[in-house]
Amino acid sequence: MKSAGSNAKVMQAKAQTGIAGLDEITAGGLPRARTTLLLGGPGSGKTILSLQFLAHGAEKCKEPGIFVAFEESSKRVIANASSFGWKLESLRRQRRLFFLDAQPALDLVQSGSFDLNGMLAALEGQASAMKARRIVFDALDIVLALLPNAAARRREVYRLHEWLLARGLTGLITAKTGGDEASSISQQPFGFMQFMVDCAIILNHDVVIGVSQRNLRVQKYRGSSFDENECPMIISNSGLEVATAPALSRVHAKVSNERVSSGVLRLDTMLGGGYYRGSSVLITGFPGTAKTTLSGAFAEAACKRGERTLFVSFDSDSNEVIRDLGSVGIRMARFVKTGMLQMASARSITGSAESYLVRIKTLAIEQRARCLVIDPVSTWSNSASDLSAHSVAERLIDWTKANGITLVCTSLLDEMASHGAAGSPMQISTLADAWVHLSYLVQAGERNRGLSIIKSRGTAHSNQVRELILSNDGVTLADTYTAGGEVLMGTLRWEKERAERIAGEVAAVATKLKRVRLDAEEAELEVRVKSLNVELEAKRVEKALLIHTTKSLEGDASRGRAH
Amino acid sequence: MSRRATYKFRLYIADEAYNSTQALANLNAMCRENLPGHHEIEIVDVFRQPKRALEDCVFMTPTLIKLAPHPVRRIVGTLSQKSIVLQTLGLPPAKTEVLAE
Repeated sequence: MKSAGSNAKVMQAKAQTGIAGLDEITAGGLPRARTTLLLGGPGSGKTILSLQFLAHGAEKCKEPGIFVAFEESSKRVIANASSFGWKLESLRRQRRLFFLDAQPALDLVQSGSFDLNGMLAALEGQASAMKARRIVFDALDIVLALLPNAAARRREVYRLHEWLLARGLTGLITAKTGGDEASSISQQPFGFMQFMVDCAIILNHDVVIGVSQRNLRVQKYRGSSFDENECPMIISNSGLEVATAPALSRVHAKVSNERVSSGVLRLDTMLGGGYYRGSSVLITGFPGTAKTTLSGAFAEAACKRGERTLFVSFDSDSNEVIRDLGSVGIRMARFVKTGMLQMASARSITGSAESYLVRIKTLAIEQRARCLVIDPVSTWSNSASDLSAHSVAERLIDWTKANGITLVCTSLLDEMASHGAAGSPMQISTLADAWVHLSYLVQAGERNRGLSIIKSRGTAHSNQVRELILSNDGVTLADTYTAGGEVLMGTLRWEKERAERIAGEVAAVATKLKRVRLDAEEAELEVRVKSLNVELEAKRVEKALLIHTTKSLEGDASRGRAH
Repeated sequence: MSRRATYKFRLYIADEAYNSTQALANLNAMCRENLPGHHEIEIVDVFRQPKRALEDCVFMTPTLIKLAPHPVRRIVGTLSQKSIVLQTLGLPPAKTEVLAE
């Protein structure tokens, strides 16, 4: 009976935050007309989240909002948030947002207990005048700390809560936690707030092995399902961005049957035409197995086709990459000049995997890239815990798929890992569509590069290990020779090749010789035919002469008889 | 007595809230004792005049504002700690406390 309107009702029950990821985690936003508590340590992004919530409401949802600033003056709050591009100042001038400065004056003298009725009364008038639907109390802990005892604090928080409920405002209260530890929240003087509110969100700012990591966790949400995990979060140019679990965000990939060249002709053949457009390709290998070269070849081929490309290098400077690839005939500088190719270098020392993901996304969008190379993606696992690096890689792949971007990433294998098809560090190998593995084969005192395709979804592919040859002219794959069940590479292959070449030469000479001999015989016969013809002609002339002579003799005789 | 300036007070209260009535009682007692005959008290109920509370930046009730003589001072709370209140308002401490010192 009510099913028709149920969807609309769900939408109504939640107030969209406009924060990428948070709306997904909470299945629509914060509880409407309820109170949400936002807890976090210093610098964890509480004010940013609450401002974004208000700005989104005022601009996109026609829900005017009030920001009550207990800690910073509203002027500074607006100025600090100006870099996010939320137009807070113009929204304020249009009376869609209202900023209330409620910082306790520095020279404030306190004697005895007090309550927040003054503020609520002031807000009451303001809220009904501007038809506010959302309200944020930023750093409520500041004013609560002034209250003499726990009972008074509790009383005021309940007063606030009741007031919000009675007015039907969607409230967001932020409060500081003592330290960085989210676990200590329950021991906070106002830990009871978490029991009172309908939704509690905890922001966390950790440093894991020297790398800053932000997390967001929805601790509780009455009457709604939500993602209970701690989700990585970053502060980007446009505000907060929360990384959601892939299962929720997995978007329908733009599946394409189009093939794009890998930049190596023979590899294309091995793959049955090249990589699929929009697929993700993983190139693994030990150091020095030409991973960068192979990905460079792909980038160059993409530029030659006229596709905008982004090449992100984590190990070396972009100019170094261009120079190094130039030595194997991959000339990238010309494409950089025209803007077709953008080289970005990001040394692995700064930032978490999360921030890299955002930076790469931003760069790729700016470049309008259709092809993306990340060399190597395994750097991430150094700058983050394995789990977070894995989820970042997962989301990168999801994102490129959703946008139809062909992704080639290289991954360094641990030298200590077992030889051959060792799993890639972040288990991207299970996510990647194609996996090209590069290895060394040590044979007869030589180290040669071998290339094999471990998997290639949806395409027939060669099962052979090929030798990868780097030369001044570029990258090629050599034919495979097998001998005694082993693939021949390097000198062994060369010897085999030479033997074949000599055999070929001998055969060629023999043919030539035979041909010369035949030519000679032919010429001889022709000469003989010619001389015989001449002889024949002579005989004919002789015969004609004979006939003629005979006739004239006969004529003379008959004339003599007649006289 | 007449040489002393008149003390002007404005007390923001929240209707009949316990804190507020207490503050009013304390203020009246203090004035009777220390400023007999030269004080004025204006009482503003934030529920009836929310705009004034907003203009005066009064967010906590009760709040006492001393408007005159200069400087302006504000005290938040029930005004129960007499010595703090007197000190803030620039009045001599109560006799008992002087003796105590």
